[in-house]
Amino acid sequence: MMTKDPILKVDHLSMRFGGLMAINDLSFEAYRGDITALIGPNGAGKTTVFNCITGFYKPTMGMITMRQKAGKEFLLERMSDFEVNRDAKVARTFQNIRLFSGLTVLENLLVAQHNKLMMASGYTVLGLLGFPTYKKAAAQSIEQAKYWLDKANLTDRADDPAGDLPYGAQRRLEIARAMCTGPEFLCLDEPAAGLNPRESLALNELLRGIRSDTGTSILLIEHDMSVVMEISDHVVVLEYGQKISDGNPDHVKNDPKVIAAYLGVEDDEVEDVIAEVEGETGGAH
Amino acid sequence: MANTTSTPVSADSNLTARALREGFYAGLISLGLFVLFVGLKTDQNILNELILVQRWGLLAIFVAVAAVGRFAMVAYIRPFMERQKVTNLVTGLLPDSVATRFFKLPVFIAAAVIGLGLMIFGGTISASISPTAGAYLSLIRGAAVVYTLASVFFYFRAYIVANFSMLAIIALILYPPVILALTGVQGSLKWVDNFGVQILIYVMLAWGLNIVVGLAGLLDLGYVAFYAVGAYSYALLSSYFGLSFWILLPLAGILAAFWGMILGFPVLRLKGDYLAIVTLAFGEIIRLVLINWTEVTKGTFGVSGIPKATLFGIKFDASKDGFAALMGLPMSSAYYKIFLFYLILALALLTAFVSIRLRRMPIGRAWEALREDEIACRSLGINTVTTKLTAFSIGAMFGGFAGSFFAVRQGFVSPESFVFLESAIILAIVVLGGMGSLVGIAVAAAVMIGGTELLREMSLLKQIFGEDFTPELYRMLLFGIAMIVVMVWKPRGFVGSREPTAFLRERKSVSGSFTKEGHG
Repeated sequence: MMTKDPILKVDHLSMRFGGLMAINDLSFEAYRGDITALIGPNGAGKTTVFNCITGFYKPTMGMITMRQKAGKEFLLERMSDFEVNRDAKVARTFQNIRLFSGLTVLENLLVAQHNKLMMASGYTVLGLLGFPTYKKAAAQSIEQAKYWLDKANLTDRADDPAGDLPYGAQRRLEIARAMCTGPEFLCLDEPAAGLNPRESLALNELLRGIRSDTGTSILLIEHDMSVVMEISDHVVVLEYGQKISDGNPDHVKNDPKVIAAYLGVEDDEVEDVIAEVEGETGGAH
Repeated sequence: MANTTSTPVSADSNLTARALREGFYAGLISLGLFVLFVGLKTDQNILNELILVQRWGLLAIFVAVAAVGRFAMVAYIRPFMERQKVTNLVTGLLPDSVATRFFKLPVFIAAAVIGLGLMIFGGTISASISPTAGAYLSLIRGAAVVYTLASVFFYFRAYIVANFSMLAIIALILYPPVILALTGVQGSLKWVDNFGVQILIYVMLAWGLNIVVGLAGLLDLGYVAFYAVGAYSYALLSSYFGLSFWILLPLAGILAAFWGMILGFPVLRLKGDYLAIVTLAFGEIIRLVLINWTEVTKGTFGVSGIPKATLFGIKFDASKDGFAALMGLPMSSAYYKIFLFYLILALALLTAFVSIRLRRMPIGRAWEALREDEIACRSLGINTVTTKLTAFSIGAMFGGFAGSFFAVRQGFVSPESFVFLESAIILAIVVLGGMGSLVGIAVAAAVMIGGTELLREMSLLKQIFGEDFTPELYRMLLFGIAMIVVMVWKPRGFVGSREPTAFLRERKSVSGSFTKEGHG
């Protein structure tokens, strides 16, 4: 098997909120061209890892290295949130969808191309004076938006306000918007949450398409195991801020530690636990 | 308890009973509210003693108005409105069936004839009759003109709505000559200056503030500070260094933009209420500096004798090479006012042009995105610091332009012109007009500022309430009532919807229920 090229390397990452150690000495790698899934029970610290990677939190300790295709390296923990996207080319979505609900679907995708258009418009001055470079860039940005509208199957709703879309479409739009920033690494925070099975399927299609067409590597947090096991190449499991398992989906699925984390304990021990709990409540009465 | 019969009560008598009951309650509440405010009044008698004056008659009028008003509302007006079915919920206007009954061609012709006739012969007629009758005459004239204009608007509404901006600009360009023709050179002063220029200053200020509040969603309660910076920049630099208006106009804008940035830096981390309070404080600081830095600003006395603007070097004075002499016209200050009118019109249109243009640029979209969701903006690589700063400074720049125009128009500036109330009025216009909508804001400014100016014209009110009644003192009351009415009727302002800046197939305006007001 050929050695894999890591795009993102998380080394000894720790994040402390007061007395709570949300992430404790976490190290993992995400490989270029892979879909990496970050899973774990509620409160395991998955979203905190995301916020550290994308610059929204400053980690207490540790190093996050992003290596672009051209070989340029960025230490994400030192960059502020917008620089992580602008310079390091890491895009993200949010667990509770954050669209610009009063802007149209198309406008949402144009806002995502802000930095490119700012350059083309000479930081607004040339654009205001009507220079053709900006007009060309504006036309290109619409083409780019059209491409992603088509991918996300939203072309029919392009001129509707984003807040008017159904939930599943909003999820797809948020991913399309993140892709419009031209990222090399895409972080998705529970993209399948609240989707029905058909929408989940469409999401899988979209993510596979993103990987195969643009070569963008994906890191996703997900609870929906059908999505995780279906599309991810590599799974990292967190519990209480620590990594308990790391490997391909089959490996993780059969890891006793993962099963224990999700189900608590082995089946034959469950009865013991129930008996214990009942004994306690009985004593309290 | 009265026996409740099980026989079906007719809806009519039911309604009357309810209306009577609600009217009674309204009267009772107003009695409780007003008995101490209106019923009793403390006063001084001739011996300088404090006495209680009882005004039961006045109290009775207040209570009766409340009670009868509520009764009429419940019994007649509300059922009437429901029967008419105010179908057009978007515009909030009455349906066409009512409007066509109201606007009839014969009435329109009669109103047009009366309005025009009184406008031409009104002066001669009112000279020969008593002032009371004259006041009624002017009221009739006003009503006829308003009805005529309203009818024109109604019959051509489709065309007007479709081409509103163009028609409004043409009307504004034609406004001074038309007024000049109708009222003569001296008569035009009031209409061009008090109405035209005054309204346009507020339109421009509100459009400038709209960039900060309406687009970027940053609540700025100290906008008048930039207006003051612009006004004092012109006043001081022209009196100390003798620079001309045309050099100082852009300079005032740049200085105001600079101060916008100065304000922007400390407030970048603040949101919502906190931001509002700091901007409010900033406005007050600027005013207090102007009051107390007496060596430079002359404090509360203000700066007077500010030079007038010139048109390509032509002065508007009585000299041999002044405007009037060159044009072969009799000397009048009206020409200067008309020049100022066109100047502020040009400045306001520049503001509108830049606002419209900026909205379609990446920076404008970033402002609106910032209003919708700041965190999402940052996740897309948008530097929210510079985005907010540009919004503050560009908004401030237009405030500065307007300020220098204000100084050149008045010829005098003092800190009294830049109190918090001004900021509040400008903000109120932006909110009433519909945040983000240039047309809505312009209409709101015309209604609000024009309406309060019109109060001065209500000589009829003087006839009713006595000579010492000054209607313009009630303008703030009118402002408040208008705000409440508009906010109940259209909570997102006159134009609540938002025009998208780009579209793929068709341009659909975005309903106000989706857009956010901003939180920072």
